[in-house]
Amino acid sequence: MTTAGMRLQLTINGRTCVATDVPPYASLLNALRDHFGLPGAKNACEQGECGSCTVFLDGTPVCSCLVAAGQAAGASVTTVEGLADEEGLSLVQQAFVAAGAVQCGFCTPGFLMAVRDLQYRVRGRTIINLDDEEVREALAGNLCRCTGYEKVIDAVRAALAHPTVPQPPVGASG
Amino acid sequence: MTVTASTAVNRGVGGSPVRPDGVLKVTGEFAYSSDLWVEGMLYGATLRSPHPRARILRVDTAAAAEMAGVHAVLTSGDVPGKKTYGLIVDDCPVLATDEVRYHGEPVAIVAADDLDTARRACKLIAVEYEVLEPVSDMHRAAFDPGSPRVHADRGNNIVRYQPVRHGDPDAEDVRGRAAVVVTREYEVGMQDQAFLGPESGLAIPAEDGGVDLHIATQWLHVDQEQMAPCLALPPEKVRLTLAGVGGAFGGREDLSMQIHASMLALRTHRPVKMVYDRKESFFGHVHRHPAVMKYTHGADAEGRLVFAKVEILLDGGAYASTTEAVVGNAASLGIGPYECSDVLIEAYGLYTNNPPCGAMRGFGAVQACFAYESQMDALAAELGMSPVEIRRVNAVKEGSILPTGQRIEGPAPLREILEALVTMPMPPAPGKGGRRELPPGGYGNTTRGEGVRRGVGYGVGIKNICYSEGFDDFSTARVLLEISGGEPIASVHTAAAEVGQGLVTLQAQIARTELGVEHAVVLPADTQVGSAGSSSASRQSYMTGGAVKTACEAVRMEVLELARHRLPSLLAADESWSDIHLAEGALVLGDRTLAKLSDVLGTDVVEATREFHHRRTNPLDPVTGQGDSHVQFAMAAHRAVVDVDVELGLVHVVQMDVVQDVGKILNRLSLEGQIQGGTAQGLGLALMEEIQTRDGLVRNPSFTDYLIPTILDMPPLNMRILEFADPNAPYGLRGAGEPPTLSSTPAIVAAVRDACGRPLNRIPLRPDQIALGDDDV
Repeated sequence: MTTAGMRLQLTINGRTCVATDVPPYASLLNALRDHFGLPGAKNACEQGECGSCTVFLDGTPVCSCLVAAGQAAGASVTTVEGLADEEGLSLVQQAFVAAGAVQCGFCTPGFLMAVRDLQYRVRGRTIINLDDEEVREALAGNLCRCTGYEKVIDAVRAALAHPTVPQPPVGASG
Repeated sequence: MTVTASTAVNRGVGGSPVRPDGVLKVTGEFAYSSDLWVEGMLYGATLRSPHPRARILRVDTAAAAEMAGVHAVLTSGDVPGKKTYGLIVDDCPVLATDEVRYHGEPVAIVAADDLDTARRACKLIAVEYEVLEPVSDMHRAAFDPGSPRVHADRGNNIVRYQPVRHGDPDAEDVRGRAAVVVTREYEVGMQDQAFLGPESGLAIPAEDGGVDLHIATQWLHVDQEQMAPCLALPPEKVRLTLAGVGGAFGGREDLSMQIHASMLALRTHRPVKMVYDRKESFFGHVHRHPAVMKYTHGADAEGRLVFAKVEILLDGGAYASTTEAVVGNAASLGIGPYECSDVLIEAYGLYTNNPPCGAMRGFGAVQACFAYESQMDALAAELGMSPVEIRRVNAVKEGSILPTGQRIEGPAPLREILEALVTMPMPPAPGKGGRRELPPGGYGNTTRGEGVRRGVGYGVGIKNICYSEGFDDFSTARVLLEISGGEPIASVHTAAAEVGQGLVTLQAQIARTELGVEHAVVLPADTQVGSAGSSSASRQSYMTGGAVKTACEAVRMEVLELARHRLPSLLAADESWSDIHLAEGALVLGDRTLAKLSDVLGTDVVEATREFHHRRTNPLDPVTGQGDSHVQFAMAAHRAVVDVDVELGLVHVVQMDVVQDVGKILNRLSLEGQIQGGTAQGLGLALMEEIQTRDGLVRNPSFTDYLIPTILDMPPLNMRILEFADPNAPYGLRGAGEPPTLSSTPAIVAAVRDACGRPLNRIPLRPDQIALGDDDV
């Protein structure tokens, strides 16, 4: 018995996307990965514990595994696939590669989204008055098993030290 | 900031070029095994046993098979060939036959149009069990003749018993030299690898009747070797390609769904994808062996070890996996990197109905390390010595003889490691400025500091590198050199599994250095080239690094041979072709550039495939435990500084410092990442990580209940890396991934003991142990 699917329309990374036949029980994570062809958000725990599936839903970072796909209907979603633009990788993406913050990389998409959120929230402040504890607190919902987090912090420091700060899209929190 | 382009030199050995897969991993485009998709594929699911031990009386698959969208429901009777497999002993059923031996053992598999349908079909499979009393206690499994046997066809529950006898620790004259004797019992809980990328694979049936499997694994060829007989296929019809691997840490050494997905694909003639969720992942791979250990050490008044007697029980769970080799490590490294001439170590690996245990980072050396380091601290306390001094006094060095009789060849700079560690700066005292420390327990703790005590502890570990006890874990590399667009390009093809550690980066670095080229690419790993051995035992830099280096040397010889024929006048009469090296895309003699590679090669492609073997080792004698069993040794030491709320039993790790000897740094960035990550896993074992079982049932198969360190749990880690080259190893390197996992754990526990004064003989530590002294063994 295969359940009849639903039609789901989202604005993903600025583009209007439609999927048909999304099962009514699907999570937003399932929908992105299996129905919109965007596997960047990761399925490490599917219990809201690891942060690897983090995406922005109408500007707010969420564990996409905990959001029912239907709940997101019509919403604007930003995934890791939307972080780079025509000019190439974002600062945070570059910093993660350069600092060695990527090993197996399974947690990386989630971390990148969490750091992007931190960037939005600390806009206008400089690295000088942003201490390590604040960075750690911001990333406490993301598990990494490979790096021990040291190089993640290095990458975040490098990215936040840069004068260019990303502009939050309309509707972003903070 | 921008990622600056590295020069050829620092993109070679010793540099830290960025990972070739880094950009794909930060854009979400890197294809992990769980991301694979192919038109028309089905999804597989697994029905698992709810009982740790039960007889299977009846399996009825009819209702599941009739469900709409279901394409196959298979049980043990459907396994085409051999019904069991295993890395060392083939005792693990592909699907349970007449008995289940652990909670979560696979009983049946289903292929359906989608994952949800497959999972619901599993629930329609009716299995009638006769529940039996599980064997869940290690002591009983080992020593009670009345204990049920986990495998009825075996005489007892012992997978391996390995004694190591050196001198006589019971001799009266030996005992008489001891000024102090300490006897303690220790326990280590069951740790999980907790890699983030769940087990997954995609099996595609092939026209020749074989199967192509895209899989996240640590060793493609050993998967192939185990799969083929079970699928009743010749090995060449079981072709494996490495899919993106989301971490491994030993948990992907054993098969998970490789045979299951292939069986479903072969039966349905459709591609079949299987992907576990987190709960199933906890049941889908082996874990670190829990251990129960009894240690007695005697030392003289100066702190020198006089004798040691050790008993180590390791719970292998229901099937053998790599328990034999884990026992070999625990036995041979049972007293650590310390000299002692009168030693008896007895190590047992056991069958029980607990979850199967096998490889995890540190592999048998971790458990022993917690015990022997705790013993060193206990001796030091009895003697009024400092923990560093007692380690320094007993430290092995080049030429030391281990209890197995093996002499340590090459540098063993433990004294130098300790000297470097103690000179590293300590954090400011509590409340004296510096980093603002969270209270133990984080923001939730309402303490005003009244019960908070600071403690400092040290830990040292020794790990064997590469496979041991006579195993020839060779690696194979194929290297091609050609001219493309006027530029020389090296291609490296191996079957070595990149699991996150950075081996793809290193292989290209070696090719750049050896062949003097800027462009080096590493081809996807598959079984179309010879075995690379496992991404385990900290061995791939040594073994696959050695294979790539050797193949490059063969390519260079052939290039020189070509040059000699094509450009014979390059050299003067008194110059030798063998003195030529390759650099910056050219043949170079001294500082003279002789010819460009492009002029020598033209349109020719030079190719070489080479195997690399480490020096031979020997099995341990089954009675005496004597034998040169290990290839190489590597050591690290940690210092941990902790704040402990002794009233609430909560721990905050303030700072950690680590010193490790790596022989030669091949890639500093990757190396530091290994040391940092290994330290984190050691912290997890010390403070939080345990798969809890009760009567064989797993109680906490989720990241809600099985905790791994977060960024808030990890302290700043200061690091010093020493380079005492090993003359026997490629570039002088020492395997580096495991040693920091060993020494991190005992350092943290020692620091907590220092703060709270409790014995703390069981890990992971729990608040009631620290605050109340409960549960200490």
